[in-house]
Amino acid sequence: MRGPGGLILDPFLDYGFMRRALVGCLAVSLAAPPLGVFLMLRRMSLTADVLGHGILPGIAAGFLLAGLSVPAMAVGGLLAGLVVALGAGALSRATGGREDAALAALYLCALALGVALVAMGGGTAELTQLLFGSALGVDDAALLLMAATATLSLGVLAFAWRPLVLECFDPSFAQAVGARGGAWHMVFLALVVLNLLAAFQALGTLMGVGLMMLPAVAARHWSREVGGMVYAAVALAAGASFGGLLLSFHADVPSGPAVVLVAGLLWAGSLLFGPVEGVTARLRRRHLAG
Amino acid sequence: MKAAAAPVLVENLTVCHERRPAVHHLSGQFTPGSLTAIVGPNGAGKTTLLRALAGLHKPQQGRIRAAERVALLPQASALDRGFPIGCLDAVMLGLWRQTGPFRAVAPAGRAQAEAALQAVGLRGFQRRPVGSLSAGQFQRVLFARLLVQDAPVILLDEPFNALDARTAAEMLALVKTWHGEGRTVVAVLHDLDLVERDFPQTLLLARDPIGWGPTAEVLTAANRLRARQMAEGWADEAADCVDRAA
Repeated sequence: MRGPGGLILDPFLDYGFMRRALVGCLAVSLAAPPLGVFLMLRRMSLTADVLGHGILPGIAAGFLLAGLSVPAMAVGGLLAGLVVALGAGALSRATGGREDAALAALYLCALALGVALVAMGGGTAELTQLLFGSALGVDDAALLLMAATATLSLGVLAFAWRPLVLECFDPSFAQAVGARGGAWHMVFLALVVLNLLAAFQALGTLMGVGLMMLPAVAARHWSREVGGMVYAAVALAAGASFGGLLLSFHADVPSGPAVVLVAGLLWAGSLLFGPVEGVTARLRRRHLAG
Repeated sequence: MKAAAAPVLVENLTVCHERRPAVHHLSGQFTPGSLTAIVGPNGAGKTTLLRALAGLHKPQQGRIRAAERVALLPQASALDRGFPIGCLDAVMLGLWRQTGPFRAVAPAGRAQAEAALQAVGLRGFQRRPVGSLSAGQFQRVLFARLLVQDAPVILLDEPFNALDARTAAEMLALVKTWHGEGRTVVAVLHDLDLVERDFPQTLLLARDPIGWGPTAEVLTAANRLRARQMAEGWADEAADCVDRAA
């Protein structure tokens, strides 16, 4: 295909690995951003970062034992992520909710340990792929993991919607009516870990959290209701996946940073032009008021 | 109408908050249909006692026996007021007992929630996000949720705090309606004039109970002085118990 349309469609028409990466990223875009919306509403954006880094040592251990095998790395990452999720919860309880400093310490250690482990077992190429993702890394096993995670996450979200909303909005009330907020919260954190894990082949452990959080933060500027925010976040993430993979292809940069950069652009655009507390919307209102 | 049939009994109750004993050795009962104010100095354990009555804190010692369903109005400051939820959805959360986590809200429940919004003076606010409400309007939404919960025992934590005079008066009228319907109502309050005027029963708490009974007998000058003196002794107290959130 010729012209600008070719620049946009040819990479996906000509290369199977680009199609796989796109399908995988769209699957992640369906499930991760809604979780990001709830993380943001609970003021747990930092926790997402911690979990994103927390899975790295596990993935690295899997890599050391079995090389670039998706099942081995996924199992390692899942175990490490669940341990970090439980640890972060315990830190939160021990510090009475003032856990941010301890969490920052935790994720620095996890990152250092992960990078050291990968460096022991491989070279710079593997390290780059694990940290920043690679469209080429999305094989059948990775695609299955992404699709299965998206299916499971959407199913659980549909069921747990009301308890999750209630637990965010009014935790005392949730406890008083016996909504088992704590149990739902653990299920929710497990889903976050699973989604970060699903994203890491395409986007890397450092960047996977970007596709979860940036569209969620941007979605704040598009709707005043949780439901609307979730739809907006999914749409923004899908756009970022598509645009980011193209950027990665044409500019020859790893797919993770490319997708997250586009998500960042969409966030900046939302901040400027979004109808809900966007900069221009606010200026216009002031102009009308003044 | 849900009149209370059984008292809420408190037996030798000790509850901790942030590893300090917040309520000591409290015994007594909220009789069915009574309207009681809990008053006392800051840090006297009023909120902790209320949360324990609602089942949110486990007693360190002693026990609470509430045979009937209890509804709690938390302090407005404990909620995320910027949360992106519409007023009607927020009120319908009060139907939790019928819906549980999964079931849809029945048309009757929806009508009930709409009627409750109307009863608290928020007709037409169904779709408004709670983030856009004033403090008074937000408190009205929480009262509407209480209406929908329709519980025989109602616990209110500083229900009139930071409200404009008109909202405070209207919410107080609702509280009196509940009292008239025979529900047991317990409210943590600061405004002693309000308590003397509108609350027949009072529990004066300074971690230890100072007095519990008819308001005029409890809010004597001698009792108030004793509560203040006890509060002055708390500053240098050692932590000697474990916080056990339920």
